[in-house]
Parts: sequence; C-alpha cells; structure tokens
Amino acid sequence: MSAVPISYFLVLSGVLFGLGVVAFVFKRNIITIFMAIELMLNAVNLAFVAFARAHNQLDGLVFVFFVIVVAAAEAAVGLAIVITLAQNRESLNVERVNLLKF
Amino acid sequence: MNLPLILFFVFALIAVVGALLLILAREPIHSALALILVMVALAALYLMLGAEFIAAVQIIVYAGAIMVLFVFVIMLLNAGVEERTDWSKMAKFAGLPLGIFFLLELAHWLARSAVGATPASGSSGPITAVSTRELCVQLFRTYLFPYEATSILILIAILGAMVLARREE
Repeated sequence: MSAVPISYFLVLSGVLFGLGVVAFVFKRNIITIFMAIELMLNAVNLAFVAFARAHNQLDGLVFVFFVIVVAAAEAAVGLAIVITLAQNRESLNVERVNLLKF
Repeated sequence: MNLPLILFFVFALIAVVGALLLILAREPIHSALALILVMVALAALYLMLGAEFIAAVQIIVYAGAIMVLFVFVIMLLNAGVEERTDWSKMAKFAGLPLGIFFLLELAHWLARSAVGATPASGSSGPITAVSTRELCVQLFRTYLFPYEATSILILIAILGAMVLARREE
C-alpha cells in the first residue's frame, strides 16, 4: 500500500536535479562536473520511475534502463577524455582547459 | 505518519544530504562517495515504487560499475583538493542572478506542489512490484530496435575509450 503521493517523488527529483545543476556550475574539478551530470541523470530516472508508477505503465522503466546504459557509455568515453586531458595539461581544473588545440 | 511515508522521508533526506555533500566536498573522492550514497538511497526509493529490477540495476551498474570507474580514474590521476574559482565577470553578472532565479523558481514550485498535493492516479492502489518478466517482454518486443541500437552504442563507446586513452607514441 503506497501512502506516498507521486508528487513527493517528483519534488525530490526536482530538488536533486537542481542540486546537480548547482554542482555542475560551481565545481571546478572536471571529474566532479562529470559526477554532477550523473546526479542529474539519476534525478531524471527517479521522475521516470515515478511517472511509470503513476500511470501503471512499463515504458518508463524501459526508458530508465536505456538511460543507465547510455550513462555507462558516456562515463567510459568521458573519463577517457578526462585522462587524456590530465596527461596533456597536468591539471584537472576546467578553467585551465580553454583551448581546443594546445 | 505511516511507515512508507517515514521511509520515503528518510531516504529522500539521505539523497539530498548526499547531493549537498557532493557540492561541498573539496576532494573528488569524497564527492564520489557522496554520489554513491545518493544512488543507494535512490535504489531504495525505486524499491518503494515497485521497480525492483531497476533498483537492482541501479545498484549493480550505477553504484557498482560506473562509480568504480570514477573512483578508479580519481585514484589514477591522483586528483587532490580542487582549486576555488576566482569569480569571473561572466559568473558574477550572468551566473549568479540566473542561479538565484533558478533556486527561487524551484522554491516556488516546491511550495505550490506541497499545497496542491495532487494525488496522482494509481498512487492509492496497492503497490504490486512490476515483474521483471513483464519488463523484459516489453524490452524485447516493443523496444527491440532501441535495445539493439544500444549494443552498437556500447561497442562504439568501448572503441572510443580505447582510442582516446591510448598513449601517443
């Protein structure tokens, strides 16, 4: 028996997404910025699951599955870029990364 | 106050505190651990919503695989304390007002939804856990093409990661 209204989950999702945006804007470490993106993806996943529950449909859960898969691929490629950047610039600060070609 | 509501607030609090810790921590490794906390709390919330397969995938893939990758890279690059930003002009005159506007809008939305508290359809019914079988039938019938497309996407991601991480001679 669910006593928790779906809107509570949606509000939590919004709060987490907002915190993810704040982290994305304020953090200076490129790895932490990546983690902020993951946090936003997680917040969106929560909204998907909540809506799937509210409408009694499975499509939302399938979308969450795809979001997780794409997030895994994105993390692999993104972290490879981070490693290359760190080797070239010897710094993880995004303010040092302001040129496309070094 | 009934048990599901209490459980929801406990896990919601854990998730929000974890997200705040992610922002406030100076060391990337602390941020990573805070993010794992958020993901575990979200997995518990998925269980409350009856999505047990998604909760398991969240723990195994997100908290397991992806965050291990993050921690691995942090260790590999020996990422230390991050430098503080020296507020640029752009941040002062565009970023700060926009950030405050965004937070105000969020607060407005929160206040309105707390008052309205629209009981969503289906939320009153008993929670029946979505069977993994139904989910897989959906995945392999309706969404078969996207499923196959993601496998190609992952293949490309593997190749891309290998090409990028290779050391130039």
